[in-house]
Amino acid sequence: MTSETTSTLTIRPKKIFSLRDITELWKYRELLYFFTWRDFKVRYKQTYIGAGWAIFQPLLTMVVFSVFFGGLAKIPSDNVPYPIFVYVGLLFWQFFSNALSETSSSLVTNQAIITKVYFPRLILPIASVITKFVDFLIASMVLVGLMIYYGYVPQLSGLLVLPILLIITFMAATGGGLFLAAINVKYRDVRYALPFFIQMLIFVTPVIYPASIAGAYSKYLALNPMMGVIQNARAALLGTAPINWQLIGISFIACLVLLIIGTYVFKKVERYFADIV
Amino acid sequence: MNQTVIEVKGISKKYKISHEQGRYVTLRDVMANIIRKPFSFLKHKAKAAVGMAKKEEFWALKGVDFNVERGEVIGIIGQNGAGKSTLLKILSQITPPTEGEITIHGKVGSLLEVGTGFHPELTGRENVFLNGAILGMTKKEIINKFDEIVAFAGIEKFLDTPVKYYSSGMYVRLAFSVAAHMDPDILLVDEVLAVGDAEFQKKCLGKMDEITKNQNRTILFVSHNMSAIQSLCKRSVLLEKGRVVAVGDTRSIVDRYLSSHLSHKSVIEYPEKAGSAHISKISLHDPKGSLRSEFPISQEFLAKIEFECREPLENVVLSIIIYSADRDTLLYSSESDISGKLSDYKTGKYTADIKVPASLFNVGNYSFDIIFHVPNSKMLAEARDIQFEITNVDNPRSVVFQGHIVGKIATPLQFEINKH
Repeated sequence: MTSETTSTLTIRPKKIFSLRDITELWKYRELLYFFTWRDFKVRYKQTYIGAGWAIFQPLLTMVVFSVFFGGLAKIPSDNVPYPIFVYVGLLFWQFFSNALSETSSSLVTNQAIITKVYFPRLILPIASVITKFVDFLIASMVLVGLMIYYGYVPQLSGLLVLPILLIITFMAATGGGLFLAAINVKYRDVRYALPFFIQMLIFVTPVIYPASIAGAYSKYLALNPMMGVIQNARAALLGTAPINWQLIGISFIACLVLLIIGTYVFKKVERYFADIV
Repeated sequence: MNQTVIEVKGISKKYKISHEQGRYVTLRDVMANIIRKPFSFLKHKAKAAVGMAKKEEFWALKGVDFNVERGEVIGIIGQNGAGKSTLLKILSQITPPTEGEITIHGKVGSLLEVGTGFHPELTGRENVFLNGAILGMTKKEIINKFDEIVAFAGIEKFLDTPVKYYSSGMYVRLAFSVAAHMDPDILLVDEVLAVGDAEFQKKCLGKMDEITKNQNRTILFVSHNMSAIQSLCKRSVLLEKGRVVAVGDTRSIVDRYLSSHLSHKSVIEYPEKAGSAHISKISLHDPKGSLRSEFPISQEFLAKIEFECREPLENVVLSIIIYSADRDTLLYSSESDISGKLSDYKTGKYTADIKVPASLFNVGNYSFDIIFHVPNSKMLAEARDIQFEITNVDNPRSVVFQGHIVGKIATPLQFEINKH
């Protein structure tokens, strides 16, 4: 070979942030795709109903919630039929909570790879979030069905807000997940407590009840990024209220802070992952 | 045209050892410690803040310098704990150095362990793509080499079968085939990839030989196998306790290594290490139970292994591999050899006594490895390169034959002689 286009690599003691991290992520984007593909494929093969699980899980939850919370407990639902009200919430909530729990264990479950091969570690948690996003897309087909059944037509402006809400969810899940993934590597008992806390979180998020219940306190609830997301998703898709841009702003800032903290903690622990995993 | 492709400058790596915690940390213990002893916790934090806390530090590498030129095959030699694996881990970026800098020109590939990232549920075809991507190949490269990889592994018929149904031989062949086709400019090879399986080891070395013929390929080879090092590498680096003690012509380096580490120890203790199992102590005993590392040829002896399982382990086995002084494998034996079954272990501490019969080995220096593993798939704990010597004391042979008797083993065979 006569070409002298060899790349040069310098290995130094690791800093927490460096520009190389970003260019490297781009360089390894194919691996990101392969990890996402693997997670999806493996689950498809391991469970009997495969990808149907992505629909089954929110659908069944919606039915149970509609019977008990909507039907028996008569929880208000902003004058929208309860099933579709709760499904919009569940759709976003399950994307968030599944991504959060999957991300938090992504490093521990892949420890065999981490200790043997180098690649930007950030790829693993990000791949987990993307896998759950694919689930979200599959599950939203049920929503389309529900909207046709109940005769809801979203406004165009509402549809335009959805990508923003998804980005916020994505950032929140990634930020929280990165933080938990790093903690999980350091303290091995965290993973047993985590499912419980994630389960609890659903009650401080307006999934089964409308945010209007909180009244004047709803501003503080907005610090939970998922509150702004779910409330505005309902506004956008079902027209329960005008879109609350102030709330979106607060949610965005909250999840940005979460993402920065998560990335910082992750990068800090990343330096010795391979030594302690 | 000599060109430096790897430049290692002052590389050091520090590990912190904490005795109280030993294994991995749980948040519960940390919290409980703070609540139980709030003052000692604060004191410790305060001391740490002013840099006075007593920390046990261990330098796995200290100020390592050397250069590698393009097209060179260089060997890294050293005893266990000399820092060979740490060096490879730093070169392959798995763990960063604490100090120093390495400049590498070219694409680096590492053969630290084959089959990394193989998923049992995925088919052979899917795993080739996944594993290739993990090893740093692009999708295009994998597609181009796909047929070659499959042909080399010889698994065409089973391409669409999940690898969990593969025999361990097929699994390893496919895994090695992917790794062997990654085509980097610089290849890092660790001998752990040759665990146990002699046939596979031979195949690896054969492929390595073939790879070394490519003039542009640079290889860093870490091994205990002196004959492999001598046949593959022109130049070698000798590491001792994390420092480079010599760089130069392989022959002289190997001689120096062999003569320098012939001092045996009868008890070796291993520091705590994270993992599901850990070998804590290995000791050698004569039949009366006294500690020794030299045994008369006509006497049997015992290797006592203390190990710990930190979680219940299924289908595992404890094995011993005995080598001659030039690291040829003489014997591989496992606890399953007689029962024909793998074992299940509960959490707890264990001791294993391995009895080595009298007159098995000839007079000379030997070493052995102890591995605790899931055969052909996962290493749980290992202790390598424990030395012992068989001496010429009480040797009925040397009464008859004067001087050295040839052969690496010395098992007396039955001679039944009848007069007709």
